[in-house]
Amino acid sequence: MSENTRGGWGLWIWAALVAVLLVAPLLAVVPISFSAKQSFTFPPSSLSLKWYENIVSSPRWWSAIGTSILLGVLVMVICTLLGTAAALGIHRYPGRVGAVVTGILVAPMIIPGIVSAVAIYASYLRWHLTGNLQGFLLAHTVLALPFVVVTVLSSLSSTDPALERAAASLGAGAWRTFARVTLPAIAPSVGAGALFSFVTSFDEVVAASFLQSPVIRTLPIEMFVSVTNQVDPTIAAVSTVILALTTMVVLLPVIVRNRRPKGASS
Amino acid sequence: MAATARRLSGRSRRTSALLLMLPALAVVLVFFVYPVIALSARSFLEPEPGVSQYVSLFADGTTRTILVRTLVVAALVTAVTLVLAYPYAYLMSLSGPGVRALLLFLVLLPFWSSLMARTFAWIVLLQPRGIVATLLSSIGLGGVPLLGSQVGVTIAMTQVLLPFMVLPLFNTMVRIDRRLLSAAHSMGASKFRALVRVFVPLSMPGVAAGCVIVFVLSIGFWVTPRLIGSPQQSLIGQLIETKVGTLLDFAGAGAISVLLLVITAVLLLVAGAGARLLLGSPDSGGRNDE
Repeated sequence: MSENTRGGWGLWIWAALVAVLLVAPLLAVVPISFSAKQSFTFPPSSLSLKWYENIVSSPRWWSAIGTSILLGVLVMVICTLLGTAAALGIHRYPGRVGAVVTGILVAPMIIPGIVSAVAIYASYLRWHLTGNLQGFLLAHTVLALPFVVVTVLSSLSSTDPALERAAASLGAGAWRTFARVTLPAIAPSVGAGALFSFVTSFDEVVAASFLQSPVIRTLPIEMFVSVTNQVDPTIAAVSTVILALTTMVVLLPVIVRNRRPKGASS
Repeated sequence: MAATARRLSGRSRRTSALLLMLPALAVVLVFFVYPVIALSARSFLEPEPGVSQYVSLFADGTTRTILVRTLVVAALVTAVTLVLAYPYAYLMSLSGPGVRALLLFLVLLPFWSSLMARTFAWIVLLQPRGIVATLLSSIGLGGVPLLGSQVGVTIAMTQVLLPFMVLPLFNTMVRIDRRLLSAAHSMGASKFRALVRVFVPLSMPGVAAGCVIVFVLSIGFWVTPRLIGSPQQSLIGQLIETKVGTLLDFAGAGAISVLLLVITAVLLLVAGAGARLLLGSPDSGGRNDE
């Protein structure tokens, strides 16, 4: 390996530049969020915490956050149940049927975002599913479902089918085999799929921007409206909070993995 | 008798499998697949059955310009992300667990971050007299308009889509057997030659996957161009939005959507065929059921 890495100074410098490009732009929101003035000037000339207070005190931002969290949790629950069940079904039905079903369930991930959004809007408009929570819920469910299906399916295909057969041959029923053998094996990927579906809903802008009304807005829509209409650094404070939460979510598996050996031995 | 039992259990297994798939399938068919088909159908049915929507689509110079501009921006973003990501993913694939975890964290952070937060960050950075403008003027490229321009949109889209290029590249590269490189090297190939002749071809499935993902995401991108670009230099996503949002022209939006769907399908087919060609005939090794 050292043979391959040798003479790789250029490679390291290039990777460092790419790393800066990946992460540095995100950090631009942090100083703005502490600005005392109502401006996006970087860096701010004086500091305050008023935009953070504004997140909580402004009903606009606070209700958007509430809507987004409620929606995200509902989408997560529905997608995890439907998606895991579908993945189990596909796994048991290999061949053409499984492939066609996978294709249909994964389509929302492949079709360009704006096309999905406009198609959803056109139909939901006729079904009175715009400007209400049901519409958001259905749209986000179909858009987030592929992430659960794909994650669980890939973990199912890497688990050893002999385990299930062994459990069955030892007299375990189908349900017992699932609960005691299959589920523990795929649990981490079900968890990852659940997280994916929450984030997909929490972050979704395109379909939401068509389905929204002034009465019901998700957090990304409130941010979108804020950016297009005014200079309000509250969006920087919101972005900073989201960024901090995201960092924790991404770091969590790393921390858990480093702790595990200790926990397992005790 | 054993055979009958197996067949019976096979049938019940298949029935239970279908029942498991059914709820998800029903939801996606009704609330996603039907809407997409209905929108596509409207482009052929309104105002009268036929291809009039498509004739006017291609007859309209503005639409043609926007379509070409979108494809050019998508190709540019794909090329730039590939050039940036390839060495990064390569370093990731050959470094030890610690460095690899750090490099992966740096990719996953923007990947998981809110798109609106990232787009807002770019609005701040691309402001007149903002950081990027200052950087550009320090290398003699001052006065380039960033916010509301094609340049700004391309820069922001490149950064936003970069993780989608790094991840598939890394996934492919990490599976490549390094001993092949050593073998090529021991048979007299220089390190660079071994890299180009052995490693690069083996990484092509990742390149194809990354390019298709980034290109497809680029042509369907709406948020970043809408907020950073300008209506005068809009991309196809903004055109679809205008048709629906202000003109309520669902048939026209449907026609452009069908066009995007066709481009996406062709890309996926070409990439799929290309990957199959590169990897040779499927050897079906290691995937024998039962």
